[in-house]
Amino acid sequence: MKFKAIPTVPLLAGLGICLAVVFYCALLVGPVDISIVEASMNWIQKESSIGSLILFDIRLPRALLALFIGATLGLAGAALQGLFRNPLAEPGIIGVSNGAALGAVLVFYFGYANIAWFALPFGGLAGALVSVVIIFMLIGNSRSNVTLILAGVAINAIGGALIALSLNFAPNPYAIQEIVFWLLGSVSNRSINELMIALPFMLVGWGIILYCGRFLNALTLGEETASSMGFDVKRLRWTLVIGVAASVGAAVSVAGNIGFIGLVVPHLIRPFVGHEPRRLLLASTLGGAILLVTADIAVQLLSSGGELKLGVFTSLVGGPFFLFLILKTRNTLL
Amino acid sequence: MSLLSGTNLSYRIGDLSILEGIDIEVKPGELVGLIGPNGAGKSTLLRLLTCVEQAHSGEILYEGRDVNELSAEERARRIGYLVQGAKAYWPITVEKIIGLGRIPYQKWWRDASAEDDEKVLQAMKITETLAYRNRIVTTLSGGEQTLVMLARIFATDPQLIFADEPVAALDPYHQLHVMEILRDHARDSRGAVVVLHDLSLAARFCDRLYLINHGELHCAGTPTEIMTAENIAEVYGVKTRITGDAEGVSVIPVSRLGDHHP
Repeated sequence: MKFKAIPTVPLLAGLGICLAVVFYCALLVGPVDISIVEASMNWIQKESSIGSLILFDIRLPRALLALFIGATLGLAGAALQGLFRNPLAEPGIIGVSNGAALGAVLVFYFGYANIAWFALPFGGLAGALVSVVIIFMLIGNSRSNVTLILAGVAINAIGGALIALSLNFAPNPYAIQEIVFWLLGSVSNRSINELMIALPFMLVGWGIILYCGRFLNALTLGEETASSMGFDVKRLRWTLVIGVAASVGAAVSVAGNIGFIGLVVPHLIRPFVGHEPRRLLLASTLGGAILLVTADIAVQLLSSGGELKLGVFTSLVGGPFFLFLILKTRNTLL
Repeated sequence: MSLLSGTNLSYRIGDLSILEGIDIEVKPGELVGLIGPNGAGKSTLLRLLTCVEQAHSGEILYEGRDVNELSAEERARRIGYLVQGAKAYWPITVEKIIGLGRIPYQKWWRDASAEDDEKVLQAMKITETLAYRNRIVTTLSGGEQTLVMLARIFATDPQLIFADEPVAALDPYHQLHVMEILRDHARDSRGAVVVLHDLSLAARFCDRLYLINHGELHCAGTPTEIMTAENIAEVYGVKTRITGDAEGVSVIPVSRLGDHHP
């Protein structure tokens, strides 16, 4: 499979148009048919109607969450694949997503989730923060990427074990169900408030990652060369880890674990940016958003009766698709 | 004034001393060769001189100024460093790889300027890589890849080039090509330092040689001063036949000496 690189502006414009189209479609999808124009007019004129209620309280937050979380996962995946110079890296590799998931699970476990709506996202963010502190302590002054990956493996293992422990000793079956459903990953039944808590962290994370674009390009030639090109490799690696932790931690804290977006999207986009790590960042951001919004539309169309969780769907489709991609491109991989 | 000078440079990993009390100087217009057996500390010395690693003691002056006083950006513009076995990790085009040499001149939000493109073109002409500018770098032969990596350094237009074993694993044609490019660079106010295992190439192309052994400077001087059978035998543990002609000195290893281990 051979693709030709597309210049930056047409590529980003094309992806932007695709995103606008799928986002609009996402607003149309749901059990009730509503008119977007009518609902918007009602909202502007501050008239309450079923249409405006559905659009602004249910569908818009859901579509926006899918957009921002997909974008975050696409960007973070591209950044980590660039940092590790390995196409198998994904946002979960440094352990922050499992840390955030554990934070949220503990909120469920102790029953705070029903006391205040913001307990869950804050629990997730706290979990992500603790993971970053642990990574800092484990790695210290090490220059090696391997130490960073091993720290991620350790945090993932500990996080997974503690999540299992919480399920094991859950106070009641209802709590188990809540935890399991949340862990499967979804953007449904979230309010705009939850998005507002997560959004600043995501945007700060995006800014940090995009700032490191030139560094990721220099890393194409290895760390020693990047260092000779004027980059402080140790400092910039930390900067990137913090950027990924802030954005992915925030994403997981409101939506749970949504797999494969961060792995698959950079793969899909990479040939179109000529494999250049810096150009991959923005394109993967848009690509991730398109893919997750589309996946959420599919989830809603496919669900009848019980809800198919978004995280389940992305893994279900992402896994085989990834296999197909490997089969198609295995001869061109390094 | 010397282009670069290192005085009393030492480097340790834990308790293990890698380099001890090395003095080195590169004058404008000079191609300096670092020679010595495997593990002598040549690559470490290059990493210290390019500021990729910090020396535990000693001082490095760049045109009389402490090298640490230069900003990282300024250093990256003036000093080019070709690492040992340089390779690209992503299948990017040759032109893009060479374009990476312009990073020290670019702001984080900006793409390549017209001047950047011009310098990249110039670098491709110097290294004769223009013919495969649109090829994917990972599909090139070892020799071609080395030239591309060298072109990346020329795109930066540095005053001083450090190259760590640039001709290792290259055929004679490419070996001579790379050495000629480095020789041509080291003129007027510019200079180059190259780590070599091929003693004949070192003798023929370099103005001065530093022979390093066990992390210490064994001797330094012109190729004819350094390339003596005694020096080579003492440091490398091999008997050599050394011949001279109009082209310079040739050093041919003949046999190993007893159980000497460098």
